[in-house]
Amino acid sequence: MEGLGPEEWQAVALSLRVSFWATLIALPLALLIAFALARWAFPGKQLLNGLVHLPLILPPVVTGYLLLLTFGTQGPVGGLLQDFGIVLAFRWTGAALAAAIMGFPLMVRAIRLSIEAVDPKLEQAAATLGASRLWVFLTVTLPLILPGLIAGAILAFAKAMGEFGATITFVSNIPGQTQTLPSAIYAFLQTPGGEGPATRLVLISIAIAMAALLLSELLARKAAKRIGGA
Amino acid sequence: MLSVEVKHARDGFNLDVAFEAPPGITVLFGRSGSGKTTVVNAVAGLLRPDAGRVALKHRVLCDTKNGVCLPPNRRRIGYVFQEGRLFPHLTVRQNLLFGRWFAPRNAPRAELERIVDMLGIGPLLDRRPGGLSGGEKQRVAIGRALLSAPDMILADEPLAALDEARKAEILPYFERLRDETGVPVLYVSHSAAEVARLATTVVVLQDGKTVKQGPAAEILSDPTVMPAGVRAVGALLETRVTAHHADGLSELDAGGIALFLPRIPQAPGERVRVRIAAHEVILSRQKPTGLSALNILPGTIEQIRTGEGPGAMVSLATPAGRILARVTKRSAQALDLQEGGSCYAVVKSVAIAPGDVGGPAAAS
Repeated sequence: MEGLGPEEWQAVALSLRVSFWATLIALPLALLIAFALARWAFPGKQLLNGLVHLPLILPPVVTGYLLLLTFGTQGPVGGLLQDFGIVLAFRWTGAALAAAIMGFPLMVRAIRLSIEAVDPKLEQAAATLGASRLWVFLTVTLPLILPGLIAGAILAFAKAMGEFGATITFVSNIPGQTQTLPSAIYAFLQTPGGEGPATRLVLISIAIAMAALLLSELLARKAAKRIGGA
Repeated sequence: MLSVEVKHARDGFNLDVAFEAPPGITVLFGRSGSGKTTVVNAVAGLLRPDAGRVALKHRVLCDTKNGVCLPPNRRRIGYVFQEGRLFPHLTVRQNLLFGRWFAPRNAPRAELERIVDMLGIGPLLDRRPGGLSGGEKQRVAIGRALLSAPDMILADEPLAALDEARKAEILPYFERLRDETGVPVLYVSHSAAEVARLATTVVVLQDGKTVKQGPAAEILSDPTVMPAGVRAVGALLETRVTAHHADGLSELDAGGIALFLPRIPQAPGERVRVRIAAHEVILSRQKPTGLSALNILPGTIEQIRTGEGPGAMVSLATPAGRILARVTKRSAQALDLQEGGSCYAVVKSVAIAPGDVGGPAAAS
């Protein structure tokens, strides 16, 4: 098999960059929301839960269109951001936003499950030993949910690598700008004779997904061993 | 000195207790459901009572009238939970040192080595809690609470989850805690044997109320204190080990009277407390002869108490101390037992459970 052309490399690199930032930006917010959903009682909790899960259920095209309406230069948020010199629509940053939102429900679910598995009695014990709420979170809760945090992050990363519908709707398919791996595969398949490069990208896509899965297994097992081990 | 006043109502259960815990081990004694854990949680700050005041050494921890209620992390009270609650992601050493991080700089610091020695957990330091036995976990939990430089230790039935052998393993550490560290302890239990071994002071809870409080020997030999059931009533004798015999018995001296019981670990000369359960005592008007029981204590009948049931509780003043005997009303009549009359108390050696023998209370 021939090596990758510059356009193909670009797509791979862009996808990795988009997915990395999407995961990184989403993680703190997902942690906060997962914590709120798992532990706190507040009005509108079910609404928030529904909102978080919406991208999982909606057709990705709809999510992408809603993003365009909101974050496009004509949109309410997009217009505001533009005043600060930040443009998301048709930029790689927009692709990162779309990927983050699409992966968000998966991330929140994984983290929430791990928070619910933490015995609050351990946190009480830490409090009686003098730890304030923040310290209890940092020294007891966070280490105990680390496997869930890792699993959520990797799941969201993998989702971001494969995200297509919302991305292409929101930021289009501009080579070198917003053409991620799936968009590139799609574009090659639309072009006569593009099956070769498309197949190579498919293989790369499979390799990255497998690597992510294996990595998450490895990290989760390591973390579990740390917690339950003798 | 800890003083506690707590009123709390939940799900039809009304808790209304008030007591003071002097230095030493104060045992909150009562059946399950009597509100013991609620009281301890209110002292620890894990539960905010409807009304009440908790003060420790002039430090007000909670006073609902003035709207003061410190969170648990600012109370400086070490809590030994029933299930240990060790942090699974930390090693034993990290667990032990967890509280030290948060203790004030000027707090008197217990030495790690001294506590580790006292609890015999040196070999466990680099292990994680997941692989420890129940008894080992509880010892680490005691050490973790002590090393947080607490003004007081709470222990909520710390032995309840352990089998008899493990209980016997942990009890001496609480005795050492009482006798060596000087940290006051509030200890929740429904076991008369634990009370007998550990308590300096006993506070009896029943249906959410304090029904009795006072020195251990006094409360345990009080037949009116029935919350833990008739079988829990028993006398507490202060004795000294005189000898260990080759046939496996140990001889104790109790006010000039020799008591024999199965071999105990304490060395000759050491003081030990022995609990003699009332239902294990037989009464005889004449000095018994030709009897297999080894322990015969002469005494004078102080009081005979009868209730609704078929039983009678006889308290007997003997040179060894007060002995309680639970007999039937029928026997009491047949023997013509009278208050002021003389009588012999007979106790089989093997009736004295090893769990009912322990070191002396610091404050006694």
